[in-house]
Amino acid sequence: MKLQPLEEWLTRGKFSPEHGKYLKKERLYSFLVGVSQLVILIFFIGLWEVASTYKWIDPLLFSSPSRIWETFITMLWAGDLHQHIIATVWETVVGFLLGTILGTAIAIVIWWSKFLSRVLDPYLVVLNGMPKVALGPLFIVAFGGGFTATIAMAIAISIVITTIVVYGSFKEVDPNFIKLVQTFGAKKKQIFSKIVLPASFPTIISTLKVNVGLAWVGVIVGEFLVSKLGLGYLIIYGFQVFNFTLVFVSLFIIAICATIMYHLVQYVEKLLLKNRK
Amino acid sequence: MQSDHLISFEHVTKTFITWDGETHAVEDICFTVKEGEFVTLLGPSGCGKSTLLSILAGLIKPTNGEVFIRNEKVTGTSKHIGYMLQQDYLLGWRTIKENIFLGLEIQGQKTEQNQKRALKLLAEMGLLSYKDHYPSQLSGGMRQRVALVRTLATNPDILLLDEPFSALDYQTKLKLEDLVVDTLRRKKKTAILVTHDISEAIAMSDRIFILSPNPGRIRTVIEIPDVIRTPLPFASREVPEFQSYFQMVWKELNYS
Repeated sequence: MKLQPLEEWLTRGKFSPEHGKYLKKERLYSFLVGVSQLVILIFFIGLWEVASTYKWIDPLLFSSPSRIWETFITMLWAGDLHQHIIATVWETVVGFLLGTILGTAIAIVIWWSKFLSRVLDPYLVVLNGMPKVALGPLFIVAFGGGFTATIAMAIAISIVITTIVVYGSFKEVDPNFIKLVQTFGAKKKQIFSKIVLPASFPTIISTLKVNVGLAWVGVIVGEFLVSKLGLGYLIIYGFQVFNFTLVFVSLFIIAICATIMYHLVQYVEKLLLKNRK
Repeated sequence: MQSDHLISFEHVTKTFITWDGETHAVEDICFTVKEGEFVTLLGPSGCGKSTLLSILAGLIKPTNGEVFIRNEKVTGTSKHIGYMLQQDYLLGWRTIKENIFLGLEIQGQKTEQNQKRALKLLAEMGLLSYKDHYPSQLSGGMRQRVALVRTLATNPDILLLDEPFSALDYQTKLKLEDLVVDTLRRKKKTAILVTHDISEAIAMSDRIFILSPNPGRIRTVIEIPDVIRTPLPFASREVPEFQSYFQMVWKELNYS
């Protein structure tokens, strides 16, 4: 009898007793998933802490959750952590947006000229295959250390794949849609703006998601190589002074920021594509 | 040369040339269509029916010969022509209303008056209440009716119907045939239908051009008598003479 309110809460919004049973089952299932996720997290952090305390693992190398937390709080109060976070997030956002916009712009140019697309095809293939990280030293010399070089790295890593994927989706637009607007007398510019671009919109949005990840790689590597600021710099610095706690602090912040950004892009995707089937 | 025909094809030949060689799509096609007529190009696939429509629409150029609309040579796309494709090809990211304005937008004629006219057409098709819906929310028959409105919205005199009923189920197809014929008659449009469906051709048209394939040539012209062509397509199928015409066309198609 005491469980009556709980039972009602679990079956809220039911249309019939059977529907109620179904809702209850689904809700308990979701609850179980959430609890399991939490248990894994707590178990992992606990094991890490214990293993570090009893020296099952080398605490100098693997640090421990409590020390990571302490370092995080100390740095936060000291007031130098936020500027590293801001620098890295800012570089990532700029690199991500520029990489996507420039990559799409190149795709548009290539779509416009069949000749150019034939000419550039092998170059795109080679550029795509080449590890862009290897360009790092070049960027340091060309742009100097800091902001510009890091962003150049982020752009370099995402631009070619964006061009290839977006151009691919331009090419795959059903030719009958193009025929349709041509029968109304559409010029190339109208074919692009009325059909090709909107039809490729879902692909462009999905490259955004890929590019968020790539931009993080580009920015962190860029900071490894050139920067005096940012989370990538903190990792390299921590490594150089053998402070692995600092490395872990940076890693966790990166993981959290990258997750938030990914979800933001996913939210934008939902907003922009909500009326498509 | 002046004539009172709305459309005339004069010795039109089209050869497609690619790496693999050349394909003779149509050869020496000559025919004329009068204002207000409903003409069907009937033949098996590969006889260049759709090629002829594309040439008339100005989408592709004939290799030889010329096409005239109102004694003017066709050199590109024209506002006289409305084209209906095999499927509706409604744009999934636009509402029904925005879909039927597509042609007006492209031709730079999206005036208030034209928009009102397009919405009135939508109302005639019984779909006005769906104007803010998206195509994915409509059934196949409704979508093809929207496509008809989109084609008529730019007010063309000539409608090219490229197997517009082939993707629909039989019942929907019969209903739409009646709707299309009725609408085109009331609005006094000229129409050229491309199909491989014999009974559709007889039920809908005033004249049928039977084409033979490889390369596409006009083999015979069949005039449909008033008893069959006056009623709407569904009722035409009930007329006793319908069967004999079906046999006649069938024989012509299989003659080799």
